[in-house]
Amino acid sequence: MTLIDKYNVVADSFTTAGKISSKIKDILKQLGVPSDKLRKISVACYEAEINMIIHSDGGDISLFIDDENGMVYLHFDDVGPGIPDIEQAMVPGWSTASEKAREFGFGAGMGLVNIKRVSDNFDITSSSEGTHLKVGFQL
Amino acid sequence: MTVNELSKLMGCTAYGDDEALNKNVDSLYIGDLLSWVMGHAEADQAWLTVQSHINIIAVALLKEVACVVIIEDAEIPQETLDKANEEHLAILSTPLTAYEFVTKFNTVKA
Repeated sequence: MTLIDKYNVVADSFTTAGKISSKIKDILKQLGVPSDKLRKISVACYEAEINMIIHSDGGDISLFIDDENGMVYLHFDDVGPGIPDIEQAMVPGWSTASEKAREFGFGAGMGLVNIKRVSDNFDITSSSEGTHLKVGFQL
Repeated sequence: MTVNELSKLMGCTAYGDDEALNKNVDSLYIGDLLSWVMGHAEADQAWLTVQSHINIIAVALLKEVACVVIIEDAEIPQETLDKANEEHLAILSTPLTAYEFVTKFNTVKA
């Protein structure tokens, strides 16, 4: 598995939200990833990026490619309060987003649900120190 | 139809260059919650929303929608228009509500 790039996400950076997801989409497009896969990866990446902006104190997004198995992996590692109840967070419509986040149109409570739906591998762990989400996509 | 044809048909004010206005529109999608739109909108749809802040551009680009239609004359910040222009994404503005827009669209497209 090769690390292609790593990006820093800044907490509360609402106005530049989606910047990293766009960058990752461009890279994968250049690598020839088909557009239907590209859209799925973009949805997952954007949702997770937004989650980090809204809920964490910041973190990193890492893009990996596993040529041998034809997979793209995204790792989202943040520091912050974590998710106390992951099962609850996976319920469609459940959200703890702030008023500020909602003003920007976020907080539908569909983030993790969308990510799981579009990905082929989904692994999330969380503690009071932060959240680690790994998602994989079969090419 | 193209974004430009949709705009003319519906009497919208259009912002966008030739590349943006010549994109193909397959159907319409209505939604204001970005995460919901991320999950459900399809490529080549004209996305109707009352949201006009800059975050709609990232959603529109990642989902590859045809254009964004800002309904009910919601004010569009200049930074949204600038970013859309930079990304060759058309923004249409209409005084109509989403309901009125779709009703009119279905009447006049035939």
